[in-house]
Amino acid sequence: MNPKLYASIAVIITGLVLLYGISDFPTFGDPRSPANSGVEGGAPSTSLYYINESYGATKVPNLVTSVLADYRGYDTMFETVVVFAAGMAIFAILRCFGRDDEAVITAPTKSSIDGDHNRIIVGTTCRLAVPVVQIFALYVVAHGHHSPGGGFQGGVMLGASFILIALAGNLNDALGRFSERSYMTLASLGIIIYAGFGVLPQVLGKNFLDFGVLEKFFLTDGPEMARSHSMLGVEIGVALTVMSIMFAIFANLSSRGTLKGGL
Amino acid sequence: MILSFDIIILVFLIVAAIIALNVKDLLSSAMIFGIYGFLICLLWAEMGAVDVAFTEATVGAGVSTVLFIATILNTRRRSSD
Repeated sequence: MNPKLYASIAVIITGLVLLYGISDFPTFGDPRSPANSGVEGGAPSTSLYYINESYGATKVPNLVTSVLADYRGYDTMFETVVVFAAGMAIFAILRCFGRDDEAVITAPTKSSIDGDHNRIIVGTTCRLAVPVVQIFALYVVAHGHHSPGGGFQGGVMLGASFILIALAGNLNDALGRFSERSYMTLASLGIIIYAGFGVLPQVLGKNFLDFGVLEKFFLTDGPEMARSHSMLGVEIGVALTVMSIMFAIFANLSSRGTLKGGL
Repeated sequence: MILSFDIIILVFLIVAAIIALNVKDLLSSAMIFGIYGFLICLLWAEMGAVDVAFTEATVGAGVSTVLFIATILNTRRRSSD
């Protein structure tokens, strides 16, 4: 019979099982749920600890950033490494050196989005938009402590601004501003910055990523501000890696690894 | 959490998901998947997870749509099934 029918039956059954599982959850925003208040009669939950203690310990108003970059800094570091590894995998699969003439014939040299290249409106709009996007991205990175945002979001926006240049003009414009050598260097530099913030406390005799002891380096009063500043440094490292890898993936995908022509 | 707003977003989410699966043209499918990403972003922002919503808006709806389009334009555009 029709394979779509079987697929629909399987999907509907899975959906019903998932809905049945959800019926056991506490309601949304329930202050007495285990995640918010801790086990009944037992210890208070970890989220309560973060809500009560994290501002005093790190001086960072945005709870998400302080948990992500400080309390769970090890996770975030390897998330960054995962992004880096994804970029390297795409580079290893797609990038082709040498066989230029053969690859250029198959790769689309002109954009197939619009045939005619009278692109004054698109080009001008993108040229005006790119600085605004980049400045907002820097704001997102630098202001990740106080408002939503941080390294990943700001880095993706910075990478997207270079992708916008490549989409509006051609890939060579964008590669002229952000060459392969520089994005590979910056991607590695981001990881090194993050790992450096982890190793530095080890040199001073504390644990990996224990930012509190860095107060001597930052000339701040107390370990709280040192943790806050270290989070900013860590976010800058994440932003560098994510920005470079996003642009590297786009450049390799759109030009079939030749880095010529492209969309 | 506003219930009527939630219901509207969820209905649009399901409609966008079904259309993205059924459209033959892969470019339109990628675009509609971007709409799906923005609707999820709206849902998260409305539930108070602003950081996740921000990530979804930049990564899920923004960059991944562009990467899909870059891939589709380098392969065949129509789906065979």
